[in-house]
Amino acid sequence: MRKIWDIPGGIHPPENKTQSLGQGIATLPLPDILILPLGQHAGAPAKPLVAVGDRVLKGQLLAEPGGFISAALHAPTSGTVSAIEDRAIPHPSGMSARCIVLLPDGNDEWCPHHGVADYRAASPVALLGLIRDAGIAGLGGAGFPSAVKLGPKQPIDTLIINGTECEPYITADDILMRERAADIVEGVAILAHILGNPATLLIGVEDNKPQAFEALEAAARGTAIEVVEFPTKYPSGGEKQLIQILTGKEVPSGKLPADLGIVCQNVGTTYAVQRAIVHGEPLISRVTTVTGRACGRNGNYEVPIGTPIRHLLAHNAFDAARCARLIMGGPMMGFALPDIDVPVVKTTNCILAGSHDEFPPAPPAQACIRCGLCAEACPASLLPQQLYWYAQSHNLERLEAHNLFDCIECGACAYVCPSNIPLVQYYRAAKGEIRQQDAEKKKADHARQRFEFHKARLERAEAEKAAKREARRLAAEEAQAKVAGDAIPASGPGSADDLIQAAMARAAARQSSPEQQQAKLERGLEAARNRLQVAEAKLAEGEGEGLDTEPLDRLRARVEEARVKLAEAERKLAEFTPATSPAPSATAARVVDKLQGAPRDQLERSITTLRERIATTEAKIAEASDETIAAALRNGLDKQRAKLRDAERQLADLGPADASPEQPAADAPTLDAAAQAIARAQAKAEAMAAMNPLEKLDAALEGLDQRIAKARDKVAAAEAEQSEHLDTLRAALDKLEAKRADTARQRAELAGQGAH
Amino acid sequence: MVFARSSSPHGHAPLDTGAVMRCVLLATLPGLVALTWNFGWGSLINVVLASLVALGLEAAIVAARGRPVLFYLRDYSALVTAVLLGLALPPLAPWWLVVIATLFAIAIAKHLYGGLGYNPFNPAMVGYVVVLISFPVQMTTWITPRDLLAEGVSLPGLWQSLQIVFPVLGTPELSDGFTGATPLDAFKQYSGLLVEQIYQREPLFNQAEIASYGWEWVNLGFLAGGVWLLYKRIFTWHAPLAMLAALTLMAALFHDGGSSTSGGSPLLHLFSGATMLGAFFIVTDPVTSAASTTGRLIYGAGVGILVYCIRVWGNYPDAVAFAVLLMNFAAPLIDNYSLPRSYGHSRRRKATEKKP
Repeated sequence: MRKIWDIPGGIHPPENKTQSLGQGIATLPLPDILILPLGQHAGAPAKPLVAVGDRVLKGQLLAEPGGFISAALHAPTSGTVSAIEDRAIPHPSGMSARCIVLLPDGNDEWCPHHGVADYRAASPVALLGLIRDAGIAGLGGAGFPSAVKLGPKQPIDTLIINGTECEPYITADDILMRERAADIVEGVAILAHILGNPATLLIGVEDNKPQAFEALEAAARGTAIEVVEFPTKYPSGGEKQLIQILTGKEVPSGKLPADLGIVCQNVGTTYAVQRAIVHGEPLISRVTTVTGRACGRNGNYEVPIGTPIRHLLAHNAFDAARCARLIMGGPMMGFALPDIDVPVVKTTNCILAGSHDEFPPAPPAQACIRCGLCAEACPASLLPQQLYWYAQSHNLERLEAHNLFDCIECGACAYVCPSNIPLVQYYRAAKGEIRQQDAEKKKADHARQRFEFHKARLERAEAEKAAKREARRLAAEEAQAKVAGDAIPASGPGSADDLIQAAMARAAARQSSPEQQQAKLERGLEAARNRLQVAEAKLAEGEGEGLDTEPLDRLRARVEEARVKLAEAERKLAEFTPATSPAPSATAARVVDKLQGAPRDQLERSITTLRERIATTEAKIAEASDETIAAALRNGLDKQRAKLRDAERQLADLGPADASPEQPAADAPTLDAAAQAIARAQAKAEAMAAMNPLEKLDAALEGLDQRIAKARDKVAAAEAEQSEHLDTLRAALDKLEAKRADTARQRAELAGQGAH
Repeated sequence: MVFARSSSPHGHAPLDTGAVMRCVLLATLPGLVALTWNFGWGSLINVVLASLVALGLEAAIVAARGRPVLFYLRDYSALVTAVLLGLALPPLAPWWLVVIATLFAIAIAKHLYGGLGYNPFNPAMVGYVVVLISFPVQMTTWITPRDLLAEGVSLPGLWQSLQIVFPVLGTPELSDGFTGATPLDAFKQYSGLLVEQIYQREPLFNQAEIASYGWEWVNLGFLAGGVWLLYKRIFTWHAPLAMLAALTLMAALFHDGGSSTSGGSPLLHLFSGATMLGAFFIVTDPVTSAASTTGRLIYGAGVGILVYCIRVWGNYPDAVAFAVLLMNFAAPLIDNYSLPRSYGHSRRRKATEKKP
């Protein structure tokens, strides 16, 4: 005798099995229509291989597996494919899904098929392939593709055949075991061969099926198969529970029986495997119990898959008026069907048409008094009352800590609950909530990762730019230092030339050609315009759709940003245009000039350039139609003016040159002001050269007087304006006065000499 | 043709909350009979009065909360609270004492927390403790068991009892001296004497069969009711047995061979005061106790230990109410650390565990 373990919890609901055991496995006339859902199994739906209008033979492949975890679908009888369309399928949600609709021709004509002569000679892989081709999926209820379950990576030492059938009312497995025990035993032997002959082969049967047990015992005599009987208790037939009863082992949470070296198969599946291997018949029919007091006759039928339930009920004196609930499966875990136009599928072990006195409407739920009856009934040793408490408050963390996902939804807790709380429903909802939350978290994590990568990319680009800027700045400083070094005779004679060469090369490299540069700027401008258009279009669209304020604000911000970028691009192009006029060589020459020129010359030159730029910018402002652009231009203008003031101040700091030109009135946009000043200075110098010393000094004095007068005016003006250049101007005036005093002294000396 | 859509399971066991509560009510009968036999009509009047007040209050509050009154009255929970309170209060207590206790039990302890199933504290014990602290004189006046009364003294009859409870009915003509101490009270008053000496002096003890006269029968009555409830699987053995075991253990540990510092024998503690009422009718209140069987073991043991501590070293002769309320506080904490080991897990988890 094999040791039997007990499972915690469990209940003993009324069995209600005898009423459907009055007859053996019967058959019914073929229905007029067969509806074959493509997804009758766990996993991906099958892919249809037939077209509407095709004539098919019994056993012909209609749809191939749609993935690794999927199952094929075959024609249960010969006939014509009349449609491939969405139809109501047996599902708790009452949803529709794609089905192949077959109109039987009544001939029940088989396609050619043949079994394996000696499965022991066949390789397990080949047999697994046949099982897969036969479209076999767990007939016990879960519908998991059998070929996948029978091909575990782990070594298997125990094969358990589940003949428990612990749900009340259902007798499909019971009758199958009674009538076809030999076939089942052969099926077990095939499965054992496929799994590499596990040491232990068990068939587990509850002790409320003594006839089935005896039939199996007799059939298994002389084989390695052990038929084990154990006390009836719901839910002993759960895979995990049966494993515990027969082996004392628990399947670790989140793992599979195969991790313990155990494979579990339902007796119906085992029988289907035997049909497929020995007879070459795919899974096209199954034994289904039709029971419940709303049916005048109860019994078990071998029905083609796809038979409408309406057909089954019609042959069992179904009285719709008496029917309170139409359940597919048993009363504990089955689901209610909304109507009778759904088909029998591979997992349909029972159609229970319960009358009103069998299934009275559930009384309203009362408050949970935490009586703990649910915890006593739970086969997974959970605390259903706590799970209910936390499910109500959506405390998902607590739910997981209380092992919600080890709940097998057997319904024992809800069955015993004295407050009639639909506990299982709460757990299903909570599980859904947690799954959804996990999915959202995964999505959010992905998005965050992407954002972080994006940010990192931007930062890297920015860092590269900054590094380039820094390198340029260092190079410029170096160059200036060398120029300064040149002025002092410390630096070598060749260094200035080298520097110039380098600067020229850099300038050439930076602006490959002005045309290219301009083209680039124009492209930038075009792109900026496009971006603005796109952003404006999106904003308009968003406003049209009546989006929330937040996304609209974002769109508006984007438009504004695009406008600013466009203005910037336009400004850049605008600034670029005058600078491009000189040829590349001219640019180089300017650099040479810049580097070679004395500070005063440089300043004067830059002042001139700045004035030119200011004039251009002012013209542009006048032309600018767009306020934003004008604002940007004004901004640029302010900067240019500031630069100009700076340059002028520096020039003033340098002090008046011997032939220093008068400072022209500020902001006078004279293109050749500097040239005129130079010309004036030159003319003055020539005139002076022609004079005698005394006259020269007189002229100088006169010039100085004029300059002093002007300088005084400027100081006065600066004082009035509170100008920041006041000190500089005063210093200049002092210098001029000192010079005048000096010149006057020279003249007096000269005049004194002349008088002698 | 459209049929009812509902989630599995589709069947249901016949037991409902009302049936559970009715069983509990039925199980209090032996104890009530023993109380009435030994101490007269007082307890019965308490129970009836408390029940009427409780049902009225329950109906009024449920109606005020806008819920179906009959549906809630049919769960019998208010009646259970009232009956337990009536059994716990001293017989022949003035009517207002019963009313105040019931008011606190139903209105404050139960409905202010959300009604049945949501109250963290045992309502009957809240009501009891409120009047015990507020009206110590009335609450410590007990009756001498019928057979220990002096010659010529008898327990008040039904009408006299009603007159004592409701003074408005007139002044009863009574023989004096039917009030007396409870065994636990008496034991405390004799402190300093050897246990043997106490037993010699006190008829409550020396007339007793196993623990204390009269009271032992009351406790046996509640024990009988409790065992019947266990048999009916209304609750599990964990909490009551843990409480009784802890109390016995404490009493055995501190019995001290019956010396003058002895806390009394285990039998005295088991069969005196409210021990059995507490063990089978108060500690087993599922709403306010711990959820898992392990939790209930801890919870029951905690009550047993506290009962002994307060009885022997505290100010009150009996302590079930205080002990239960203190452990009510602890129940959620116990729940966090007493989860069962679920199928497929190698160890118990904590309720506070975070996702790895």
